[in-house]
Amino acid sequence: MATDTLASDSQPREGQIAALLRRNERLQLGLLLFPGLFWLVTFFALPLVVVVLYSFATNGPGGRIEWTFTLNNYRTLFTESLYVNAYWRSIWAGVWTTLACLILGYPLAYYIIRRPPRWRTILLFLILIPFWTNFLVRTYAWMLILSNNGIINSAIQALGLSRIALYPSEGAVLVGLIYGSLPFMVLPIYASLARFDFTLMEAAADLGANQVQAFLRVMLPLTMPGVAAGSVLVFIPTVGQFVVSDLLGGAKVDYLGNLLQRLFTRSNPPNWPLGSAMAIVFMIVLTVAIIIYFRVTTEEDR
Amino acid sequence: MSNGIAVDLRNVVKRFADVCAVDHVSMQIRDGEFFSMLGPSGCGKTTTLRMIAGFEFPTSGEIFLHGKAVGTTPPFRRNVNTVFQSYALFPHMTVAENVAFGLRMKKTPPADIARRVTEALELVRLGDYASRRPRQLSGGQQQRVALARALVNHPEVLLLDEPLGALDLKLRKEMQLELKSLQERVGITFIYVTHDQEEALTMSDRIAVMNAGKVLQIGTPTEIYERPVCRFVADFIGETNFIEGKVESVEPSGIATITSDDGLTLRGQTIRPVAPGMNVTLSIRPEKAFLSVQEPPPGTPNCYQVRVERIAYIGSDTRIDVRLGARLFDLWEQNSRSTLDRDAYWQPGETGYLWWPPENAIILTE
Repeated sequence: MATDTLASDSQPREGQIAALLRRNERLQLGLLLFPGLFWLVTFFALPLVVVVLYSFATNGPGGRIEWTFTLNNYRTLFTESLYVNAYWRSIWAGVWTTLACLILGYPLAYYIIRRPPRWRTILLFLILIPFWTNFLVRTYAWMLILSNNGIINSAIQALGLSRIALYPSEGAVLVGLIYGSLPFMVLPIYASLARFDFTLMEAAADLGANQVQAFLRVMLPLTMPGVAAGSVLVFIPTVGQFVVSDLLGGAKVDYLGNLLQRLFTRSNPPNWPLGSAMAIVFMIVLTVAIIIYFRVTTEEDR
Repeated sequence: MSNGIAVDLRNVVKRFADVCAVDHVSMQIRDGEFFSMLGPSGCGKTTTLRMIAGFEFPTSGEIFLHGKAVGTTPPFRRNVNTVFQSYALFPHMTVAENVAFGLRMKKTPPADIARRVTEALELVRLGDYASRRPRQLSGGQQQRVALARALVNHPEVLLLDEPLGALDLKLRKEMQLELKSLQERVGITFIYVTHDQEEALTMSDRIAVMNAGKVLQIGTPTEIYERPVCRFVADFIGETNFIEGKVESVEPSGIATITSDDGLTLRGQTIRPVAPGMNVTLSIRPEKAFLSVQEPPPGTPNCYQVRVERIAYIGSDTRIDVRLGARLFDLWEQNSRSTLDRDAYWQPGETGYLWWPPENAIILTE
């Protein structure tokens, strides 16, 4: 009723398009969906389709793409140790970084949430401050810290011990990755803990659970969404990164991201089809891993 | 060894920074008793309860559970269970898992767990809800799950922290009776914290009235209401009229005559020894004073002609404010006749005779 009155009141100004829209529901739906669909198709589906197509194409002389269907790209990925190793190395780096961030990040988030509200804000702020500096610069800073003349080795030397080769190494890469990812773990866990009712911990203690049991059976399951979100936010970028391993690994060992970058831009000639295949496999592996992870971690919450 | 005393608090003090939340509290709670701690918010009742549960440790003093000192024993090593104000049910577990939690922690054999969980849920009439999640239940049902979760462990003492606070009035009254009958059936000592005096009076065997961290009076509901030891208790439990004055004389029966500050001569029952000249407060409950149309026979005690200032008809009673000297005096008259006749009720502006038997008023020294 109300819309009828409204429509008849404004009829002269709206004209025919509005009238047409009001009558044709399918057109309405189409117009409403268009912006979202356009965005998804242009920026998500289309590039993906291009990458999929490339991954089945042949790399011609000089890096030219020849549209001859082939599975060779995929075969290369699964047979040549260079690529297989890079996959494993990247996944392991992702797993270790995620685990380390969890072990460091959960207690940190817990510590912050247990402070008085004023302190919480300050501490969260401190976690966010490094973001205001360029990530590259911060990674260079780690080079300085870990290098032969860096802070750590200077300290070791001052104690009368001999220097340790900390950089470049895979350990240094891991340190850099953990450092860069930690906030992405802390913040979602913090958000989960902020919603957590700490009376439940008292209830658990009241029912005979010691601190460890109360944590494992009550707090951890109820903050799992934060743990899951943090893990995904840390794991995915870590597996695909190439800057940290370039800088702190001394470009000596190849991670997935480094190979990808090289295949697309640095190698002469470039090999886009192989790079595309690599990206597709990478995407499938991640998707499967994430689905499994979410199944396992959010099961309790349903 | 414990002589039928379930919980014994001796000179318990709890300080938070510079605030003394519990100030030298001593009380003995008997086995199988329904004991309430009653007082306004911030009076220390919840802190006292939390110390019995083990969530807080006393700054000084000692707490004994059946004769065993537990002052600094952590909660998971005390055979005491709590029903929380917010229920604190585990949202990621079913009702049955919630109830089984305590038994699992004690490594009870699974078969026993299943049986006892079923029993506990039937005790609170939630047998059919075992596989539900807490958020699928109503407030009253959640409350009963919290009860079952605590009772299933057969605690030495069950602590209840305003468990009915979140329920609406009607449900609250039902649950009061249910809690009381449940307590009688299971025979476990209940320690109940509330700021609702009616709730405490309805359910308790004994009540401790607290204010500002101190216990003011411990007694049965009747004792607390009829013989409050101080002005705060008389005021906090129920309603009353206070009249300040000086003691003129005391009879051997304990009836004292006082002169009020505005010159009225009044008589009331003393509960502590008083001497002529002492400053006292006379407390007379609104339902214990009467208003007559006709002048009572000469010699009727505490009799004054008064004017009706205000009336409030509340169904069961009519609340009448009369002017007595400089003050408004509140009295309640039961509407024992069913009639629409205006003459059956007092009207503002009418005059009547206010009086009460001396033993209906009590004389407070504090």
